[in-house]
Amino acid sequence: MKTVPFYKNIKVLGVLTQVVVSLLVLFGLYFLGRTAYEGMVSRGIPFTFSFLWQEAGFSISEGKTIALEGGRIVLRPFEPSDAYWQAFFTGVYNTLRVSIAGIVLTTLLGVMVGVGRLSSNWLVNRLSFAYVELVRNTPLLVQLFFWYFGAILKLPPIRQASEWFGMIVSQRGVFVPWPVPGPGFDRYLPFFLGGLLAFLLGAFWSRGRRGLWLLGLLLLAAGWLYAGDPFVLSVPEKRGFRVVGGAQLSPEFSAVLLALVVYTASYIAEIVRGAIQSLPKGQWEAAFSLGLNYGQTLRYVILPQALRIIVPPLGNQYLNLTKNSSLAIAVGYPDLFNVYGTIANQSGRSLEGILIVMGVYLSLSLTISALVNAYNRRVALRGARR
Amino acid sequence: MRALAWMKRNLFNGVWNTLLTLVTAYLLYAVGRAILVWAFTEARWQVIPANFRLFMVGPFPPEAIWRVWVALAIFLALVGFTAGVVVRRRYLGTAAAVAGVLYLLAFPVLLPSSRLGLLAAAFAGGLAWLLAGSIAPRLARRLLAPVWFLGTLAAIQVLSGVPSQRWGGLLLTVIATFFAVVLAFPLGLLLALGRTSKMPVISLLSTLYIELVRGVPLVTVLFLAWIMVPLFVPEDFRVPQLVRGIAGFVLFAAAYLAEYVRGGLQGVSRGQWEAAWALGLSGFQTVVFIILPQALRAVIPALIGQVIAIFKDTSLFVIIGIMDLLSMAQVVLSNPKFLGLEREVYLFVMFVYFLGAASLSFLSRRLEAAMGLGKR
Amino acid sequence: MKRLVLIVLSFLLLTAFGLAQKSRMDVVMERGKLICGVNGKAPGFGYVDEKTGKYMGFDVDFCRAVSAALFDDPDRVEYVPLTAKARFNAIQTGEVDVVFRNTTITTSRDGSVGVDFLPVNFYDGQGVMVKKELGVKSVYELEGATVCTNQGTTTEKNWTDFVRSQGWKGNKLLTFESFDKVFNAFMSGRCDAVTTDKSGLVGWKAKAPDPEALVILPETLSKEPLAGFTFQNDSRWRDALTWIVYATIQAEEFGITQKNLDEFLKSDKPAIRRFLGLEGTLGKGLGLPNDFVARVIRHVGNYGEIYDRHLGPNSPFFIPRKGSLNDLYTRGGLMYSPPFR
Repeated sequence: MKTVPFYKNIKVLGVLTQVVVSLLVLFGLYFLGRTAYEGMVSRGIPFTFSFLWQEAGFSISEGKTIALEGGRIVLRPFEPSDAYWQAFFTGVYNTLRVSIAGIVLTTLLGVMVGVGRLSSNWLVNRLSFAYVELVRNTPLLVQLFFWYFGAILKLPPIRQASEWFGMIVSQRGVFVPWPVPGPGFDRYLPFFLGGLLAFLLGAFWSRGRRGLWLLGLLLLAAGWLYAGDPFVLSVPEKRGFRVVGGAQLSPEFSAVLLALVVYTASYIAEIVRGAIQSLPKGQWEAAFSLGLNYGQTLRYVILPQALRIIVPPLGNQYLNLTKNSSLAIAVGYPDLFNVYGTIANQSGRSLEGILIVMGVYLSLSLTISALVNAYNRRVALRGARR
Repeated sequence: MRALAWMKRNLFNGVWNTLLTLVTAYLLYAVGRAILVWAFTEARWQVIPANFRLFMVGPFPPEAIWRVWVALAIFLALVGFTAGVVVRRRYLGTAAAVAGVLYLLAFPVLLPSSRLGLLAAAFAGGLAWLLAGSIAPRLARRLLAPVWFLGTLAAIQVLSGVPSQRWGGLLLTVIATFFAVVLAFPLGLLLALGRTSKMPVISLLSTLYIELVRGVPLVTVLFLAWIMVPLFVPEDFRVPQLVRGIAGFVLFAAAYLAEYVRGGLQGVSRGQWEAAWALGLSGFQTVVFIILPQALRAVIPALIGQVIAIFKDTSLFVIIGIMDLLSMAQVVLSNPKFLGLEREVYLFVMFVYFLGAASLSFLSRRLEAAMGLGKR
Repeated sequence: MKRLVLIVLSFLLLTAFGLAQKSRMDVVMERGKLICGVNGKAPGFGYVDEKTGKYMGFDVDFCRAVSAALFDDPDRVEYVPLTAKARFNAIQTGEVDVVFRNTTITTSRDGSVGVDFLPVNFYDGQGVMVKKELGVKSVYELEGATVCTNQGTTTEKNWTDFVRSQGWKGNKLLTFESFDKVFNAFMSGRCDAVTTDKSGLVGWKAKAPDPEALVILPETLSKEPLAGFTFQNDSRWRDALTWIVYATIQAEEFGITQKNLDEFLKSDKPAIRRFLGLEGTLGKGLGLPNDFVARVIRHVGNYGEIYDRHLGPNSPFFIPRKGSLNDLYTRGGLMYSPPFR
């Protein structure tokens, strides 16, 4: 038997290719890094992260940062005397704030529209279809500009703003009554945390859920009575240039939130529709023949099954929403990328900054996909693969 | 009578549905009325015709506009030729009708020279279609790739008479989309093959790249490319903004394309590889002639979806300062004469994007149906 | 595969060698044109003329002056519009040769940002503009107001400092990446006031549909000496640029204008002859053509001419010069050129 010469041996070739490719990649990375470094040195800009501890000196229109105050780590609004790393933190905080609110709302809207796409009601059906097509076929950034400059900034100014039930809607943002910690808050805190913990535990431990939730409710209620006025309602009120009290949704936040929710919901709607359609018709028929009505069938039979198909692509959409929140820079909402823009310009450290920003987004993405995967394992059929 | 029956069946069967219909209809009426009243009384649509040139070609010098017409004629000829080769005749009627309606819509806005230019370009497209139909189908198919290659080169050559800094508007959006797709595709293919490869190092590297890029927002990749590219080239060599923007897009889009292609690759059964090897095909031949055609065929809709995504995402150029369609909208809005007309301008821009994206997704659905995907 | 490796290797080596130290001066001369970063959207300073599609303005004329000095032709310039955010990056990465884009000289920019500044070509100060209907007469009445400005500027920091020093609470500063967005937000009522360099405010006010409805408040919040800038560590290139800027100022002091240049070329005063490159080697010493000053004046004019062309009483963006900091030192201003000798 003739032996295969080594240069034709597929195994040797495979190893060889890999060695060559990895050498090339390493070599390429090294050279890219080195050229970039040398380029920067020759232009007199060192590569360093030490700027993170310098004073920022600019202000950020909304959002909070962490700081050490009186030996305690507190969450408080960003101040110009804070350091650059705290500015980054504020950016992350704002990104998370808009992403989390966006994820919750877009899921609701998306499921509604997705179900509407399959409605036997012609009007609802067509309307949902038009919504999906219109929104999916135009860029998110244009929509964002439209919401901000074309809709929200066209609302009446504060002085002429309409007020309903203590709510003020104006081009300076939406102001709503909001509970703030009252005199009894400190005494209430342990009860509050305990109740929250009970709810959280109940969410994961299905057998003891009822008892735990009841306990949580009891803790919250008893604590309220014991502490007396842990929260008071702060009602917004016009004063001079601005509105005092209540909670403010800034125009920038509202625009970004609105754009992200409306845009992502159109994708979620398609996912939901696809998942529901992929279920055999027999499921509907069986449920109807058991005497369930449309809503009950949807709630107890269809959606739980569709959920299994929905979860992975839904997770992808959550990721997209989080990443898309970086477009907030276009309307001046101080999310991570926007704050990075200011930092890069004030400190001159664009490359270092963008590496930090990418790192943060990457870890956010990984966290979200890890969470979705964990949830996916919970809803997946037992015994089913993945 | 039939209408009544239809309504009863589709809108008013049961209390719940009737209620839903009424509420939706009322909302639709209220919102629709407000929009219509605004659109026909308040809106100042003159801003669109007054800046039509800016929206379409940006700061492109008017005296060199013939270059755009020639490039458009070449492009339409390429499309026409392709249509003559692959698409069945009956969709062409629809396409022609849509084009005709658009032409009539835009007619009053266009300069006389532009009306002529558009017609001439359309004529070139029609001619190429006839030509494709008249030569032998096999030859036409073979010609497809070289014709596209040469045509693209020629079109770019013609446009390059004007430096790329002065390209803008829809023109730039289309060019950027085209090149981002064309360049990202091979990179995406390689990455997909890499990720599915049995060689651990290559698979690891490809996976790492794909996941890294998919984990960060497009703006950051664009920005990184924008910052870094000039550092890597010699000082006396300048990379135009547009090229840097497209480079960022290619790096980004390739990772997404790779995932779709991978989906297709995984759908090709193992037997196909083995059969090809048994026939004595080399690894390269197997991939190119056996595996990829099957894999790509299965994911064509997803790939076109990605093209639409790139088309829409080119609007992010506005953030790194390249003058695409959306940037032109901002230029128009920063003109004090048109202050406060955001709604009109952004709605128009949305309409343009919608036309592009919707026709692509129409194409995708037709292709899907024509190839009988999902029906087997 | 071998060939591929070779190609990649040679490409990488090429890029590495391409970075070998070389003054930007030689790069520009070899290229045959100047790449100049400008604003592109600043009325009066750097903007695209609607009719001709060409870049115009005070800052743009300094790019033209450099081009005139190097190539005896003011139009061998490629303009790159830069946002406030992108300007330092464009120099750091070497994308442009020089930036003339109403940029304030500050310590940190000179130091940690890594650029080198040219002489000041415009003394400015930060101002605040409001709508007349607001009824505000002074910046000290702006407690609690929302103010807009653009990202990555000294104004952003100055306003922050001002609010802090006043001890005000509830003021908001909203930043956008470009000033046209800032202005749109201001006009649509999102902010009570806009703040930027006063020269900028004058320009934007003039451009507004109803300039009378806007008021620039009297106070000046800060000093904003605006200057061009270029690379750190390239003193040959920076020296050349520096003296080109000075040349425009010195020319005005000598009274040499575009019109009377030919008469001065016949002058027999040694200082003038040296200045215009008729004798001596001033230009050559800088690595510039010996007659670079004459070229600048012939094609672009002296400082006063540049000023009047774009910001003078006959321009739409009139900023009074007489007795201001931007006047020559002989008339009580700060424009002063070291001696050419």
